[in-house]
Amino acid sequence: MQDLLRRYGTGLTTIFCLMVAFWILVLIVLPNFSMLFESFFPYLPVSELDGPKDVFTLQNYEKVLANPIETNWFGIPITIPIHVSTFVDTVFFSALVTFMTLVLAYPLAYFLAKVASPKSIPTLLLLLFIPMWVSEALRAFAWYIILTFNGPLNALLKGLGLIDQGIRWQNGIFTSYDAIVIVLTYCYVLFMLFPIYTAITSLDTNQIEAAEDLGSPWWRTHWRVIIPHAKPGIASGCVMVFMLSAGSLLVPTVVGSTKANWFPQTIYTWFNDALDWNTGAAYSMIFLLVCIMFVILAMRVFKVKLSDIAK
Amino acid sequence: MIRNRAFLGQLYFTLFILYLLVPLVVMAGAAFNDSKLPTVAPWKGFTWRWFGELWADEVMWGAFLNSILVALAVVALAVPIGTAAAIVLNSISGKVRATLYGFMVAPVLAPGLVIGISTVLFWNQLGHTFGADEFFFFGRGLHLATLGQVSYIAAYVMLLVLARLQSFDPGLEEAALDLGANHGQVLRRILLPHLYPAIAASAAIAFFQSIENFNVTLFTKANDTTLTVYVFSQVRAGITPKINALAFLLILLTLILALVYEMNRQRKAKIEAAREAEARRAEEAMLL
Amino acid sequence: MSAGIDLENVCCDFGTFRAVDNANVSIKPGEFFSFLGPSGCGKTTILRMVSGFIEPTEGAIKIGGKDVKGTRPNQRPTALIFQNLALFPLMPIWENISFGLEVRGVDKATRRARAEELLKLVDLPGAADKMVSQLSGGQKQRVAIARALAVEPSVMLLDEPLSALDLKLRQHMRAELRAIQKRTGVTFIYITHDQGEALAMSDRVGVMSQGRIQQIAAPRDIYDNPVNGFVASFVGENNIFEGDVGAVSGGMAGMTGAHGSFRAKVSPEAQGKALKLYVRPEHTVLSKTKAAENSVEMEVTEVAFEGAFISVHGVAAGGKRLSAEVKNDGVTVVPGVGEKVFASFDAARALLLPDANVRG
Repeated sequence: MQDLLRRYGTGLTTIFCLMVAFWILVLIVLPNFSMLFESFFPYLPVSELDGPKDVFTLQNYEKVLANPIETNWFGIPITIPIHVSTFVDTVFFSALVTFMTLVLAYPLAYFLAKVASPKSIPTLLLLLFIPMWVSEALRAFAWYIILTFNGPLNALLKGLGLIDQGIRWQNGIFTSYDAIVIVLTYCYVLFMLFPIYTAITSLDTNQIEAAEDLGSPWWRTHWRVIIPHAKPGIASGCVMVFMLSAGSLLVPTVVGSTKANWFPQTIYTWFNDALDWNTGAAYSMIFLLVCIMFVILAMRVFKVKLSDIAK
Repeated sequence: MIRNRAFLGQLYFTLFILYLLVPLVVMAGAAFNDSKLPTVAPWKGFTWRWFGELWADEVMWGAFLNSILVALAVVALAVPIGTAAAIVLNSISGKVRATLYGFMVAPVLAPGLVIGISTVLFWNQLGHTFGADEFFFFGRGLHLATLGQVSYIAAYVMLLVLARLQSFDPGLEEAALDLGANHGQVLRRILLPHLYPAIAASAAIAFFQSIENFNVTLFTKANDTTLTVYVFSQVRAGITPKINALAFLLILLTLILALVYEMNRQRKAKIEAAREAEARRAEEAMLL
Repeated sequence: MSAGIDLENVCCDFGTFRAVDNANVSIKPGEFFSFLGPSGCGKTTILRMVSGFIEPTEGAIKIGGKDVKGTRPNQRPTALIFQNLALFPLMPIWENISFGLEVRGVDKATRRARAEELLKLVDLPGAADKMVSQLSGGQKQRVAIARALAVEPSVMLLDEPLSALDLKLRQHMRAELRAIQKRTGVTFIYITHDQGEALAMSDRVGVMSQGRIQQIAAPRDIYDNPVNGFVASFVGENNIFEGDVGAVSGGMAGMTGAHGSFRAKVSPEAQGKALKLYVRPEHTVLSKTKAAENSVEMEVTEVAFEGAFISVHGVAAGGKRLSAEVKNDGVTVVPGVGEKVFASFDAARALLLPDANVRG
């Protein structure tokens, strides 16, 4: 604070602090308090607001546990509430997407950071950036076209003689979430690539050469030298991809089958179709809590700080 | 061995780029197919008609205009806020800095729908508290979409400007003060010019992030819609290839921007290299 | 135009650390004054207090006889040249130089003319429209000086501005700086840890250690008549002997220690303190035979050729290391390694000095 005043004077410091206060209080903290608050009050018509029924309640949260359905996880039949099932599926398949993007992105990040010639890097990065600048809605739409029953993928496979009949990709082969996983991976792989690329770039190439010089095989060099160094980047990528996937409403709606429900869709239904904002707030709170827990878990597992993740 | 690795790397890079681009090419290609459904197979002949239909779509134009307006508003708010935040963070340290930083980056990590819902609820409640439920500002609409987007886009600006500030020598501020400048002049002539590249980049990023934003906008919007939400609703409602025409135009725009950016970058790098070479020659000349 | 600076009982604390302790100095208008000392001795703190970036904890700073307490850096008649020069990289040279005028609202044509004028003064004509990154280290140096001169300061403050330059360029710039100072007549306060720089350029030098000014004197006095062991050691090499000091008579005193009896000068201020004997290697003479007084036998361990002179190092009884400089004049005989010789010195060239002036 002393430093700030000395460098910028009283007037500018006040303006800066007011802007930061507006951002943090009005745009971030108070809205979340508001959501927490509303989630504990019942959904009522306007005439009954502030009336006798407008009291503190947990009923919004209890709705998550309603409507048990029969389903099976990996062949084990169980009975669980439908929204819990959606929630667990969302978390599981988002984790799967995170893993797949990591597997796809790591070799490329290493190639860009340490193998490709430094002069060509800006151009190569630009090539990668171009698809990212195309909106997510359009990228999801592109896959919708590819995966439709009469689409080019089935046409290609039939043309090659690999299949006789078209496959209903959107319903899935392994699970009903196949299409969602494929498209989410496509949409978010670059969010995994760039943090890892940045992290590996900061590794001194001499360390890799020293490891190889000492007789380390390539996989051990990666495991013992490069990956530990890239950890903050990997953590950052994992958190970003997981958050974006779990929070995606667009992709599941555009390419998902009717059997594949994504938790944000459930929240949207409460909020927009049922117009029950209070229950929407409660579900949203649950979702937010899990996200916070995931970030903390990632920080613990990778032993990194928040400032390493958000870059 | 080394050459082998480079070759594998290049191969993988090429495949990866193909993986990223093929879906976009398929989508763009479908814009020219004379078929009622958006697809490239079967090919029913070349046509411009989807561009004509797109041109005639008034809803699309409305959404397009809204997107631009919201994006401009987001830039106007997020860039000053994020820059101020970066300057503040750069001058403080310790626990206060860590806490502020945590609050600032939280919206980047939080799901967009949470931001959307919390923004709507907060302003709604505020209106209710003041007994002004009907006043437009407290209800859903694109103004709330703007505020919701600013809450996380300002963090991108902050991170970019903060990174740029690391390379700033605070001695320059002192030198300017010592030469008699006041704090306003120091900010305008010394600090901001140093930050301009980061501010310009973050303004561009803020603009495109806003255009692309879906989650926050979907939850905060009322009847007026933005381009991304429009595309979404068109896809959901059973589509015609005019969306492909739109996609083609947007991809084309992206390519042009990327090309301009790359050419600009190469030109600047050349100028800087020439200057450094001149400084080296001057150094050597002096020593002789 | 140029102004004198007075520091009166100036102290500066950072928390519990006292960076500057009771500094008193009166710098005359138009003087080239250097503060010399190792890093952390408080010299930069003094500079920052004069320029106004730090306020003294105690005492007063007067510029041109006026107390500047509470005056902010941008209102003081001082111009600071930073260690890293702090040239504005995004402005062309002429804008850099005229920045001080720009913030005072001077119109563009006048500023441009003034910048060209100053570039001529620092011997860099034609550089006005270049960018900072196009200049060599020495050229940047000159631009920094021109920028500081542009605001017509009464006092120029220079914070080790030559430290980033190559040795050869540094020596060149010393003469240049001195010439510019003489031409402009502005008071220069120069901060450095390089004794050669301070001694070569300054009218007077203030040697500092641990926050205290140890001695203020002309360069020659600093070297020939240091007031204490710290000053003697910081500005040059010494052979040092310890022992019991005898009675003083006529400014001379005897000393008896492990290496024999010596006689040396002693100042009135030093009397009564714990003293050591200091003599410079260039005042130490080598001979085969023992001299009449102040003579110690040593065995030569190393002979280092330095060009203009030859440095002879040896060990006396008890492992005492001594050194002498022998002129490379082709006449003086240089002993070889392993030889036993006598190192002797003139009593008038040796000083009995206390340790540094420190707290506690």
